[in-house]
Amino acid sequence: MDTKTLLEVLRNHPFLQGMKPEHVTRMAGIAQEVQFAKDQMIFRQGDESGFFYLILSGKVALEATAPGRILRVQTVGAGEELGWSSVLTEGGKYFQARVLEPVQALTFDGARLRQAGQEDPLFGYVFLQKLLQVVARRLQATRVQLLDLYAPMHGGSKLI
Amino acid sequence: MSVAAVQFESAMPPPMTTARVASVVKETYDTFTLTLEPGGGEPLPAFSPGQFSMLYVFGVGELPISISGDPNESGRLYYTVRSVGKATHALVNLKPGQAVGVRGPFGTSWPVEAARGRDVLIVAGGIGLAPLRPAIHEVLRHRDDYVRLIVLYGARSPRDQLYRKQLAEWGRLADTQVLSTVDYGGVNWRGYVGVVTTLFRYVRLHPVGTTAMICGPEIMMRYVVREIEKRGIPREQIYLSMERNMKCAVGLCGHCQMGPYFVCKDGPIFTYEAMRPWLEKHEL
Repeated sequence: MDTKTLLEVLRNHPFLQGMKPEHVTRMAGIAQEVQFAKDQMIFRQGDESGFFYLILSGKVALEATAPGRILRVQTVGAGEELGWSSVLTEGGKYFQARVLEPVQALTFDGARLRQAGQEDPLFGYVFLQKLLQVVARRLQATRVQLLDLYAPMHGGSKLI
Repeated sequence: MSVAAVQFESAMPPPMTTARVASVVKETYDTFTLTLEPGGGEPLPAFSPGQFSMLYVFGVGELPISISGDPNESGRLYYTVRSVGKATHALVNLKPGQAVGVRGPFGTSWPVEAARGRDVLIVAGGIGLAPLRPAIHEVLRHRDDYVRLIVLYGARSPRDQLYRKQLAEWGRLADTQVLSTVDYGGVNWRGYVGVVTTLFRYVRLHPVGTTAMICGPEIMMRYVVREIEKRGIPREQIYLSMERNMKCAVGLCGHCQMGPYFVCKDGPIFTYEAMRPWLEKHEL
């Protein structure tokens, strides 16, 4: 992907919506294009994977493994983000990421993103604000998931 | 006759029709679609998408159930019922040929006429897809009168999904986008996992030209409305099917009162604009 195309792709990704051009350019300087085949593991539970991904196409499942079973907790696809914890400085992955449909993505080294934020605090602030939105959205979705909304309700209501 | 007597009479429940069970088809491990046909000489009434009937299981009781079939299919009525209590259990265990009492149809309907010339966004959660299915049938029957049809469906798990074959068929149609997600998926599930609101990231909505129809648990509808509002769709174009404790179906008993409305009579379909003040009130 040439620089012009890369900038265009980044500008169109929802994660970068509203970012200043110089911040988009900064992210382009760190971005690497990657592809993953169906059923490939992007990272495994416990990995010290330090990469943050912006997904351009395809579908990835986040899974938790437990003895004797694998629970699929979330899927992410085109226009979404993967591996936000790589921007933090410590800790392994809590989930594994399995490719359900072939993925094309842009990957960013977490250490280089942190460094870019230190060099340009305004970029760092904007980036972390975007990242916090991702985390908040995931947390909110997880909370709603925990409500078990579709569990059967007893009583005299209209049984939609 | 006095004015009061006339008003009382107009609120009286309409007479019951006797229907016969044509079939009971298992949709999931706990949900069944019951097909009713005329029990005698009297034809079964026509209905509009979103309306419900009061079904009487003789010797057990009466319960409100949304009609889930095609409104253009005359002579038969379809109801998708989740077996969760004594009456619903009795209903889904009826055998072909057995009699059921039917009152109605009751209530307001989805705005399928008003949505002509627009995109139609359907958002359903769990068994909430059942009352929306007649609206989907109606849009598909008059497909050229609408622009895009987008169906977003969330279920608890893959084995809780209703109408899987039909969802897949609709998804293959032109200008129709059907996305399903489940809250919990096993490793064999290749679809989306996450609450239904997460699907909004994969659709583009026209803020001015979209009519949204939502049915599911009330908390789900509140989160869905937030997502729709974020995309600029006006409140008057967002329709919800409300669920309340309905007994009489004619606004007489007051069990289903919600603010100034009786859900059975003034609803169950309301605009979000009308419902907004009452949606987040506790114990209402």
